[in-house]
Amino acid sequence: MNKYLMIAPLALGIHLATAADDMTAEFKQMMDGSFESSGIADKHRLYQLDFQAVCSSDRMPSAERLKAIEAEQMKTIRWPSDGKYTGDWKSGEKIAISGRGLTWSDKADTTNGGGCYNCHQLSHTEISYGTIGPSLLNYGKLRGNSEEMVKYTWGKIWNAKAYSACSNMPRNGDAEILTEAQIKDVMAYLFDPESPVNKP
Amino acid sequence: MKTRPMMLALAVAAAIAAPAAMAEGSTADGIAQYRAMLAEGNPAELWELAGEDIWKEKAGPKQASLEQCDLGKGPGVVKGASAALPRYFKDTDRVQDLESRLMTCMQTLQGISPDNFVKGKWGKGEMEKMEQIVAYVVGQSRDMKINVDMSSPQMKKMYALGKKAFFYRAGPMDFACSTCHGEDGKRIRLQDLPNLTKHEGAAAGWGSWPAYRVSNGQFWTMQHRLNDCYRQQRFPEPIYGSDVTIALSVYMAKTANGGTVMTPGIKR
Repeated sequence: MNKYLMIAPLALGIHLATAADDMTAEFKQMMDGSFESSGIADKHRLYQLDFQAVCSSDRMPSAERLKAIEAEQMKTIRWPSDGKYTGDWKSGEKIAISGRGLTWSDKADTTNGGGCYNCHQLSHTEISYGTIGPSLLNYGKLRGNSEEMVKYTWGKIWNAKAYSACSNMPRNGDAEILTEAQIKDVMAYLFDPESPVNKP
Repeated sequence: MKTRPMMLALAVAAAIAAPAAMAEGSTADGIAQYRAMLAEGNPAELWELAGEDIWKEKAGPKQASLEQCDLGKGPGVVKGASAALPRYFKDTDRVQDLESRLMTCMQTLQGISPDNFVKGKWGKGEMEKMEQIVAYVVGQSRDMKINVDMSSPQMKKMYALGKKAFFYRAGPMDFACSTCHGEDGKRIRLQDLPNLTKHEGAAAGWGSWPAYRVSNGQFWTMQHRLNDCYRQQRFPEPIYGSDVTIALSVYMAKTANGGTVMTPGIKR
Protein backbone atom coordinates (compact mmCIF):
# COMPACT_ATOMS: atom_id res chain seq x y z
CA MET A 1 0.00 0.00 0.00
CA ASN A 2 1.05 3.53 -0.64
CA LYS A 3 1.98 6.08 1.97
CA TYR A 4 0.04 9.27 2.39
CA LEU A 5 1.62 12.64 2.00
CA MET A 6 -0.62 14.44 4.42
CA ILE A 7 -2.11 17.84 3.84
CA ALA A 8 -1.42 19.77 6.99
CA PRO A 9 -2.61 23.35 6.51
CA LEU A 10 -2.09 24.41 10.10
CA ALA A 11 1.40 22.99 10.42
CA LEU A 12 2.58 25.03 7.48
CA GLY A 13 1.98 28.46 8.97
CA ILE A 14 5.50 29.32 10.05
CA HIS A 15 8.29 29.18 7.49
CA LEU A 16 6.86 30.77 4.41
CA ALA A 17 10.04 32.17 2.97
CA THR A 18 9.23 32.08 -0.73
CA ALA A 19 6.23 32.89 -2.89
CA ALA A 20 6.06 29.24 -3.97
CA ASP A 21 5.77 28.08 -0.35
CA ASP A 22 3.14 30.72 0.26
CA MET A 23 1.17 29.45 -2.71
CA THR A 24 1.45 25.84 -1.54
CA ALA A 25 0.15 26.71 1.90
CA GLU A 26 -2.71 28.71 0.48
CA PHE A 27 -3.58 25.94 -1.93
CA LYS A 28 -3.69 23.36 0.84
CA GLN A 29 -5.87 25.62 2.92
CA MET A 30 -8.21 26.14 -0.03
CA MET A 31 -8.54 22.42 -0.72
CA ASP A 32 -9.02 21.64 2.96
CA GLY A 33 -11.82 24.20 3.23
CA SER A 34 -13.53 23.31 -0.03
CA PHE A 35 -14.40 19.63 0.34
CA GLU A 36 -16.38 17.51 2.77
CA SER A 37 -16.99 13.82 3.27
CA SER A 38 -20.01 12.55 1.37
CA GLY A 39 -21.34 9.01 1.53
CA ILE A 40 -18.46 6.58 1.05
CA ALA A 41 -16.21 9.36 -0.35
CA ASP A 42 -14.42 10.38 2.84
CA LYS A 43 -12.54 13.65 2.97
CA HIS A 44 -9.24 11.84 3.53
CA ARG A 45 -9.31 10.96 -0.19
CA LEU A 46 -8.07 14.49 -0.72
CA TYR A 47 -4.72 13.65 0.84
CA GLN A 48 -2.28 12.77 -1.88
CA LEU A 49 -0.14 9.68 -2.18
CA ASP A 50 3.50 10.56 -2.83
CA PHE A 51 3.37 9.73 -6.53
CA GLN A 52 0.03 11.52 -6.97
CA ALA A 53 1.67 14.70 -5.71
CA VAL A 54 4.63 14.31 -8.05
CA CYS A 55 2.27 13.77 -11.01
CA SER A 56 0.08 16.81 -10.23
CA SER A 57 1.57 19.37 -12.59
CA ASP A 58 1.42 20.38 -16.22
CA ARG A 59 5.13 19.54 -16.40
CA MET A 60 6.33 15.95 -16.33
CA PRO A 61 8.69 15.05 -13.47
CA SER A 62 12.31 14.18 -14.34
CA ALA A 63 13.10 10.77 -15.86
CA GLU A 64 14.91 9.88 -12.66
CA ARG A 65 11.89 10.70 -10.54
CA LEU A 66 9.61 8.68 -12.82
CA LYS A 67 11.89 5.66 -12.61
CA ALA A 68 11.98 5.81 -8.83
CA ILE A 69 8.17 5.90 -8.66
CA GLU A 70 7.87 2.98 -11.06
CA ALA A 71 10.27 0.87 -9.01
CA GLU A 72 8.32 1.70 -5.86
CA GLN A 73 4.95 0.93 -7.46
CA MET A 74 6.27 -2.35 -8.92
CA LYS A 75 6.59 -3.65 -5.35
CA THR A 76 2.83 -3.29 -4.82
CA ILE A 77 1.87 -5.83 -7.50
CA ARG A 78 0.40 -9.01 -6.10
CA TRP A 79 0.52 -11.95 -8.46
CA PRO A 80 -2.40 -14.42 -8.52
CA SER A 81 -2.34 -16.52 -5.37
CA ASP A 82 -3.04 -19.79 -7.25
CA GLY A 83 -0.78 -19.01 -10.22
CA LYS A 84 -3.80 -18.77 -12.56
CA TYR A 85 -3.95 -15.54 -14.55
CA THR A 86 -7.25 -15.86 -16.38
CA GLY A 87 -10.90 -16.47 -15.47
CA ASP A 88 -14.17 -16.11 -17.37
CA TRP A 89 -14.20 -13.67 -20.28
CA LYS A 90 -18.00 -13.24 -20.18
CA SER A 91 -17.83 -11.93 -16.66
CA GLY A 92 -14.76 -9.93 -17.71
CA GLU A 93 -16.83 -8.16 -20.34
CA LYS A 94 -19.37 -7.06 -17.73
CA ILE A 95 -16.56 -5.70 -15.57
CA ALA A 96 -15.07 -3.87 -18.57
CA ILE A 97 -18.43 -2.26 -19.34
CA SER A 98 -19.35 -1.24 -15.80
CA GLY A 99 -18.05 2.11 -14.58
CA ARG A 100 -19.73 1.81 -11.20
CA GLY A 101 -18.22 2.15 -7.77
CA LEU A 102 -16.37 4.40 -5.32
CA THR A 103 -18.30 7.63 -5.96
CA TRP A 104 -20.20 9.33 -3.14
CA SER A 105 -23.45 8.16 -4.75
CA ASP A 106 -22.35 4.50 -4.68
CA LYS A 107 -22.91 2.24 -1.68
CA ALA A 108 -20.07 0.57 0.21
CA ASP A 109 -21.28 -2.82 -1.06
CA THR A 110 -21.52 -1.76 -4.72
CA THR A 111 -19.65 -4.18 -6.97
CA ASN A 112 -17.05 -2.00 -8.63
CA GLY A 113 -16.60 -2.05 -12.37
CA GLY A 114 -13.31 -1.65 -14.19
CA GLY A 115 -14.69 1.14 -16.37
CA CYS A 116 -12.38 -0.12 -19.15
CA TYR A 117 -14.68 1.09 -21.95
CA ASN A 118 -14.61 4.63 -20.61
CA CYS A 119 -11.10 4.92 -22.03
CA HIS A 120 -10.35 1.91 -24.27
CA GLN A 121 -11.71 0.23 -27.37
CA LEU A 122 -11.87 -3.51 -26.64
CA SER A 123 -14.33 -5.70 -28.54
CA HIS A 124 -15.24 -5.83 -32.22
CA THR A 125 -18.87 -5.05 -31.44
CA GLU A 126 -19.02 -2.38 -28.72
CA ILE A 127 -18.87 1.01 -30.47
CA SER A 128 -19.31 3.13 -27.36
CA TYR A 129 -15.71 3.35 -26.19
CA GLY A 130 -13.46 6.15 -25.01
CA THR A 131 -10.09 7.19 -26.36
CA ILE A 132 -8.11 8.38 -23.34
CA GLY A 133 -6.24 5.05 -23.40
CA PRO A 134 -4.99 3.09 -26.43
CA SER A 135 -7.22 0.70 -28.40
CA LEU A 136 -7.05 -2.85 -27.03
CA LEU A 137 -8.94 -4.41 -29.96
CA ASN A 138 -7.53 -7.87 -30.78
CA TYR A 139 -5.40 -7.62 -27.63
CA GLY A 140 -4.53 -11.32 -27.28
CA LYS A 141 -4.60 -12.02 -31.00
CA LEU A 142 -1.97 -9.36 -31.72
CA ARG A 143 0.25 -9.93 -28.71
CA GLY A 144 -0.01 -13.67 -28.10
CA ASN A 145 -0.11 -15.21 -24.64
CA SER A 146 3.54 -15.69 -23.74
CA GLU A 147 4.25 -15.77 -20.00
CA GLU A 148 5.95 -12.40 -20.33
CA MET A 149 2.92 -10.79 -22.03
CA VAL A 150 0.46 -12.31 -19.57
CA LYS A 151 2.48 -11.16 -16.55
CA TYR A 152 2.95 -7.68 -17.99
CA THR A 153 -0.80 -7.35 -18.57
CA TRP A 154 -1.62 -8.54 -15.05
CA GLY A 155 0.86 -6.07 -13.60
CA LYS A 156 -0.45 -3.23 -15.75
CA ILE A 157 -4.03 -3.84 -14.62
CA TRP A 158 -2.95 -4.24 -10.98
CA ASN A 159 -0.90 -1.06 -10.92
CA ALA A 160 -0.34 0.85 -14.17
CA LYS A 161 1.99 3.27 -12.34
CA ALA A 162 4.60 0.51 -12.11
CA TYR A 163 5.11 0.83 -15.86
CA SER A 164 4.36 4.52 -16.38
CA ALA A 165 4.60 6.61 -13.23
CA CYS A 166 2.05 9.29 -14.15
CA SER A 167 -0.26 7.05 -16.21
CA ASN A 168 -3.91 8.12 -16.39
CA MET A 169 -4.95 4.54 -15.64
CA PRO A 170 -6.16 3.68 -12.12
CA ARG A 171 -4.36 1.11 -9.96
CA ASN A 172 -7.12 -1.48 -10.15
CA GLY A 173 -5.49 -4.02 -7.83
CA ASP A 174 -3.34 -1.82 -5.61
CA ALA A 175 -6.16 0.66 -4.90
CA GLU A 176 -8.60 -2.24 -4.38
CA ILE A 177 -10.89 -1.12 -7.17
CA LEU A 178 -11.16 -4.68 -8.51
CA THR A 179 -10.68 -8.01 -6.73
CA GLU A 180 -8.15 -10.61 -7.83
CA ALA A 181 -11.00 -12.73 -9.26
CA GLN A 182 -12.32 -9.76 -11.25
CA ILE A 183 -8.88 -9.03 -12.68
CA LYS A 184 -8.65 -12.67 -13.80
CA ASP A 185 -11.94 -12.25 -15.64
CA VAL A 186 -10.74 -9.06 -17.34
CA MET A 187 -7.53 -10.90 -18.28
CA ALA A 188 -9.63 -13.62 -19.93
CA TYR A 189 -11.58 -10.95 -21.80
CA LEU A 190 -8.27 -9.65 -23.20
CA PHE A 191 -6.59 -12.99 -23.97
CA ASP A 192 -9.27 -15.66 -24.64
CA PRO A 193 -9.49 -16.44 -28.39
CA GLU A 194 -13.29 -16.76 -27.98
CA SER A 195 -13.62 -13.31 -26.43
CA PRO A 196 -15.15 -10.65 -28.71
CA VAL A 197 -11.93 -8.68 -28.15
CA ASN A 198 -10.14 -11.23 -30.32
CA LYS A 199 -12.96 -12.80 -32.36
CA PRO A 200 -14.92 -10.62 -34.82
CA MET B 1 -45.13 28.05 -11.19
CA LYS B 2 -47.15 28.17 -14.35
CA THR B 3 -44.40 27.14 -16.74
CA ARG B 4 -43.86 23.79 -15.04
CA PRO B 5 -46.21 21.47 -17.01
CA MET B 6 -44.93 22.79 -20.32
CA MET B 7 -41.35 22.38 -19.14
CA LEU B 8 -41.93 18.75 -18.30
CA ALA B 9 -43.71 18.07 -21.58
CA LEU B 10 -40.81 19.48 -23.54
CA ALA B 11 -38.26 17.57 -21.52
CA VAL B 12 -40.09 14.32 -22.17
CA ALA B 13 -40.33 15.06 -25.90
CA ALA B 14 -36.63 15.78 -26.03
CA ALA B 15 -35.75 12.60 -24.16
CA ILE B 16 -37.81 10.54 -26.59
CA ALA B 17 -36.38 12.25 -29.66
CA ALA B 18 -32.79 11.69 -28.63
CA PRO B 19 -32.36 7.92 -29.00
CA ALA B 20 -34.21 7.89 -32.31
CA ALA B 21 -31.77 10.36 -33.81
CA MET B 22 -28.82 8.46 -32.39
CA ALA B 23 -29.84 5.19 -33.96
CA GLU B 24 -29.41 6.47 -37.52
CA GLY B 25 -26.14 6.89 -39.41
CA SER B 26 -22.81 6.94 -37.64
CA THR B 27 -23.12 7.58 -33.94
CA ALA B 28 -21.18 10.83 -33.99
CA ASP B 29 -23.25 12.14 -36.91
CA GLY B 30 -26.41 11.17 -35.12
CA ILE B 31 -25.39 13.01 -32.01
CA ALA B 32 -24.39 16.13 -33.98
CA GLN B 33 -27.74 15.96 -35.74
CA TYR B 34 -29.76 15.71 -32.59
CA ARG B 35 -27.78 18.49 -30.97
CA ALA B 36 -28.52 20.76 -33.92
CA MET B 37 -32.18 19.84 -33.72
CA LEU B 38 -32.38 20.55 -30.02
CA ALA B 39 -30.45 23.79 -30.30
CA GLU B 40 -33.46 25.22 -32.12
CA GLY B 41 -35.59 24.71 -29.08
CA ASN B 42 -33.63 24.57 -25.85
CA PRO B 43 -35.87 23.68 -22.90
CA ALA B 44 -33.53 25.81 -20.74
CA GLU B 45 -35.63 28.74 -21.97
CA LEU B 46 -38.30 27.68 -19.52
CA TRP B 47 -35.84 27.96 -16.64
CA GLU B 48 -34.86 31.37 -17.99
CA LEU B 49 -38.46 32.58 -18.03
CA ALA B 50 -39.12 31.32 -14.51
CA GLY B 51 -35.85 32.87 -13.35
CA GLU B 52 -36.74 36.30 -14.70
CA ASP B 53 -39.96 36.24 -12.68
CA ILE B 54 -38.17 35.12 -9.52
CA TRP B 55 -35.52 37.84 -9.97
CA LYS B 56 -38.25 40.48 -9.78
CA GLU B 57 -40.37 38.86 -7.06
CA LYS B 58 -40.19 39.94 -3.44
CA ALA B 59 -38.94 37.01 -1.35
CA GLY B 60 -37.21 35.98 1.87
CA PRO B 61 -37.55 37.34 5.43
CA LYS B 62 -36.77 40.86 4.14
CA GLN B 63 -39.40 40.65 1.40
CA ALA B 64 -37.14 42.17 -1.24
CA SER B 65 -36.46 41.33 -4.87
CA LEU B 66 -33.01 40.79 -6.40
CA GLU B 67 -33.36 43.86 -8.59
CA GLN B 68 -30.69 45.69 -6.57
CA CYS B 69 -28.25 42.77 -6.77
CA ASP B 70 -24.81 43.85 -8.04
CA LEU B 71 -23.34 41.13 -10.24
CA GLY B 72 -20.34 43.32 -11.01
CA LYS B 73 -21.81 45.79 -13.46
CA GLY B 74 -23.68 47.81 -10.86
CA PRO B 75 -26.91 47.17 -8.91
CA GLY B 76 -29.58 45.59 -11.08
CA VAL B 77 -27.47 45.18 -14.23
CA VAL B 78 -27.94 41.66 -15.57
CA LYS B 79 -27.07 42.21 -19.21
CA GLY B 80 -23.52 40.99 -19.86
CA ALA B 81 -22.89 40.28 -16.16
CA SER B 82 -22.16 36.56 -16.38
CA ALA B 83 -19.78 37.00 -19.34
CA ALA B 84 -17.49 38.89 -16.96
CA LEU B 85 -17.73 36.44 -14.03
CA PRO B 86 -15.95 35.33 -11.92
CA ARG B 87 -14.62 38.68 -10.71
CA TYR B 88 -13.19 40.25 -7.58
CA PHE B 89 -15.81 42.03 -5.45
CA LYS B 90 -14.66 44.69 -3.01
CA ASP B 91 -17.71 44.47 -0.74
CA THR B 92 -17.14 40.79 0.09
CA ASP B 93 -13.36 40.94 -0.51
CA ARG B 94 -13.70 37.69 -2.45
CA VAL B 95 -13.46 36.47 -5.99
CA GLN B 96 -16.97 35.19 -6.72
CA ASP B 97 -18.62 33.21 -9.47
CA LEU B 98 -22.24 33.78 -10.41
CA GLU B 99 -23.70 31.39 -7.86
CA SER B 100 -21.62 32.51 -4.88
CA ARG B 101 -22.45 36.11 -5.80
CA LEU B 102 -26.15 35.29 -5.97
CA MET B 103 -25.89 33.72 -2.51
CA THR B 104 -24.42 37.02 -1.26
CA CYS B 105 -27.29 39.01 -2.83
CA MET B 106 -29.94 36.68 -1.45
CA GLN B 107 -28.44 36.88 2.01
CA THR B 108 -27.93 40.65 2.13
CA LEU B 109 -30.99 41.82 0.19
CA GLN B 110 -33.53 39.11 1.03
CA GLY B 111 -32.24 37.48 4.21
CA ILE B 112 -32.14 34.04 2.59
CA SER B 113 -29.42 31.97 4.29
CA PRO B 114 -26.62 30.46 2.17
CA ASP B 115 -27.34 27.21 4.05
CA ASN B 116 -30.30 26.73 1.72
CA PHE B 117 -27.76 26.10 -1.03
CA VAL B 118 -24.66 24.83 0.76
CA LYS B 119 -26.81 22.17 2.44
CA GLY B 120 -29.46 22.08 -0.29
CA LYS B 121 -30.35 19.50 -2.90
CA TRP B 122 -30.12 20.06 -6.67
CA GLY B 123 -33.48 20.96 -8.18
CA LYS B 124 -35.25 21.27 -4.80
CA GLY B 125 -36.58 24.21 -2.78
CA GLU B 126 -34.46 27.38 -2.89
CA MET B 127 -31.91 25.55 -5.04
CA GLU B 128 -34.48 25.11 -7.81
CA LYS B 129 -35.03 28.86 -7.74
CA MET B 130 -31.28 29.44 -7.81
CA GLU B 131 -31.07 27.29 -10.95
CA GLN B 132 -33.84 29.28 -12.59
CA ILE B 133 -32.21 32.60 -11.70
CA VAL B 134 -28.87 31.32 -13.03
CA ALA B 135 -30.55 30.34 -16.31
CA TYR B 136 -32.04 33.83 -16.60
CA VAL B 137 -28.79 35.63 -15.81
CA VAL B 138 -26.55 33.56 -18.12
CA GLY B 139 -29.12 33.94 -20.92
CA GLN B 140 -28.58 37.70 -20.66
CA SER B 141 -24.96 37.24 -21.81
CA ARG B 142 -25.74 34.96 -24.75
CA ASP B 143 -23.66 35.67 -27.88
CA MET B 144 -21.41 38.09 -25.99
CA LYS B 145 -17.66 37.59 -25.57
CA ILE B 146 -16.29 35.89 -22.49
CA ASN B 147 -14.49 38.76 -20.80
CA VAL B 148 -13.13 38.18 -17.31
CA ASP B 149 -11.01 40.97 -15.87
CA MET B 150 -7.69 39.47 -14.78
CA SER B 151 -6.05 42.73 -13.72
CA SER B 152 -6.51 42.41 -9.93
CA PRO B 153 -4.00 40.47 -7.81
CA GLN B 154 -6.95 38.56 -6.31
CA MET B 155 -7.96 37.21 -9.73
CA LYS B 156 -4.36 36.35 -10.59
CA LYS B 157 -4.04 34.41 -7.37
CA MET B 158 -7.31 32.55 -7.97
CA TYR B 159 -6.14 31.64 -11.45
CA ALA B 160 -2.91 30.18 -10.06
CA LEU B 161 -4.84 28.25 -7.40
CA GLY B 162 -7.33 27.03 -10.00
CA LYS B 163 -4.59 25.78 -12.28
CA LYS B 164 -3.05 23.88 -9.38
CA ALA B 165 -6.43 22.36 -8.54
CA PHE B 166 -6.95 21.39 -12.17
CA PHE B 167 -3.84 19.19 -12.14
CA TYR B 168 -4.30 17.89 -8.57
CA ARG B 169 -4.43 14.10 -8.57
CA ALA B 170 -5.93 12.24 -5.63
CA GLY B 171 -8.46 9.64 -4.57
CA PRO B 172 -8.72 5.89 -5.21
CA MET B 173 -8.50 6.36 -8.98
CA ASP B 174 -5.66 8.95 -8.99
CA PHE B 175 -7.72 11.28 -11.19
CA ALA B 176 -7.33 15.03 -11.70
CA CYS B 177 -9.44 17.31 -13.91
CA SER B 178 -6.53 17.09 -16.34
CA THR B 179 -6.89 13.31 -16.65
CA CYS B 180 -9.91 13.80 -18.89
CA HIS B 181 -9.58 17.45 -19.92
CA GLY B 182 -5.85 17.86 -20.58
CA GLU B 183 -5.52 16.65 -24.17
CA ASP B 184 -7.15 17.37 -27.51
CA GLY B 185 -9.63 15.03 -29.17
CA LYS B 186 -10.30 12.61 -26.31
CA ARG B 187 -13.57 10.94 -25.36
CA ILE B 188 -15.11 9.03 -22.46
CA ARG B 189 -17.29 6.46 -24.16
CA LEU B 190 -18.83 8.60 -26.93
CA GLN B 191 -18.70 11.84 -24.97
CA ASP B 192 -16.23 14.34 -26.45
CA LEU B 193 -14.04 15.97 -23.82
CA PRO B 194 -12.95 19.58 -24.25
CA ASN B 195 -9.26 20.23 -23.59
CA LEU B 196 -9.70 22.87 -20.91
CA THR B 197 -6.00 23.77 -20.85
CA LYS B 198 -6.31 25.46 -24.25
CA HIS B 199 -8.38 28.41 -25.43
CA GLU B 200 -10.51 26.48 -27.92
CA GLY B 201 -11.53 23.76 -25.48
CA ALA B 202 -12.03 26.13 -22.58
CA ALA B 203 -14.23 28.38 -24.73
CA ALA B 204 -16.30 25.35 -25.77
CA GLY B 205 -16.63 24.03 -22.21
CA TRP B 206 -16.86 27.18 -20.11
CA GLY B 207 -18.87 28.91 -22.84
CA SER B 208 -21.63 26.29 -22.98
CA TRP B 209 -22.33 25.67 -19.26
CA PRO B 210 -24.75 26.11 -17.46
CA ALA B 211 -26.87 23.87 -19.64
CA TYR B 212 -30.03 21.83 -20.03
CA ARG B 213 -29.26 18.11 -19.99
CA VAL B 214 -31.38 16.05 -22.35
CA SER B 215 -30.45 12.74 -20.73
CA ASN B 216 -32.10 13.62 -17.42
CA GLY B 217 -34.27 16.66 -18.23
CA GLN B 218 -32.42 18.78 -15.67
CA PHE B 219 -30.85 22.20 -15.83
CA TRP B 220 -27.31 22.11 -14.44
CA THR B 221 -25.49 25.18 -13.18
CA MET B 222 -21.69 25.40 -13.36
CA GLN B 223 -21.51 24.49 -9.66
CA HIS B 224 -23.54 21.36 -10.41
CA ARG B 225 -21.32 20.53 -13.39
CA LEU B 226 -18.15 20.81 -11.29
CA ASN B 227 -19.76 18.85 -8.46
CA ASP B 228 -20.48 15.93 -10.77
CA CYS B 229 -16.97 16.04 -12.26
CA TYR B 230 -15.57 15.61 -8.76
CA ARG B 231 -18.06 12.81 -8.05
CA GLN B 232 -16.77 10.92 -11.05
CA GLN B 233 -13.18 11.72 -10.07
CA ARG B 234 -14.00 9.81 -6.85
CA PHE B 235 -13.11 12.86 -4.75
CA PRO B 236 -14.96 13.93 -1.62
CA GLU B 237 -17.74 16.41 -2.37
CA PRO B 238 -16.89 20.04 -3.13
CA ILE B 239 -18.90 22.46 -0.99
CA TYR B 240 -21.32 24.63 -2.98
CA GLY B 241 -19.66 27.95 -3.80
CA SER B 242 -16.35 26.89 -2.19
CA ASP B 243 -13.07 28.44 -3.25
CA VAL B 244 -11.89 25.43 -5.24
CA THR B 245 -14.96 25.66 -7.48
CA ILE B 246 -14.38 29.40 -7.97
CA ALA B 247 -10.64 28.96 -8.57
CA LEU B 248 -11.33 26.33 -11.24
CA SER B 249 -13.92 28.64 -12.78
CA VAL B 250 -11.36 31.45 -12.97
CA TYR B 251 -8.84 29.06 -14.56
CA MET B 252 -11.38 28.02 -17.20
CA ALA B 253 -12.85 31.48 -17.81
CA LYS B 254 -9.45 33.13 -18.23
CA THR B 255 -8.39 30.41 -20.67
CA ALA B 256 -11.71 30.89 -22.48
CA ASN B 257 -11.45 34.70 -22.57
CA GLY B 258 -12.48 36.09 -25.96
CA GLY B 259 -14.64 33.05 -26.75
CA THR B 260 -18.40 33.27 -27.20
CA VAL B 261 -20.99 32.80 -24.48
CA MET B 262 -23.46 30.12 -25.60
CA THR B 263 -25.38 29.82 -22.36
CA PRO B 264 -27.65 28.31 -21.39
CA GLY B 265 -26.28 25.41 -23.40
CA ILE B 266 -27.85 22.09 -24.26
CA LYS B 267 -26.13 18.80 -23.56
CA ARG B 268 -26.53 15.09 -23.95
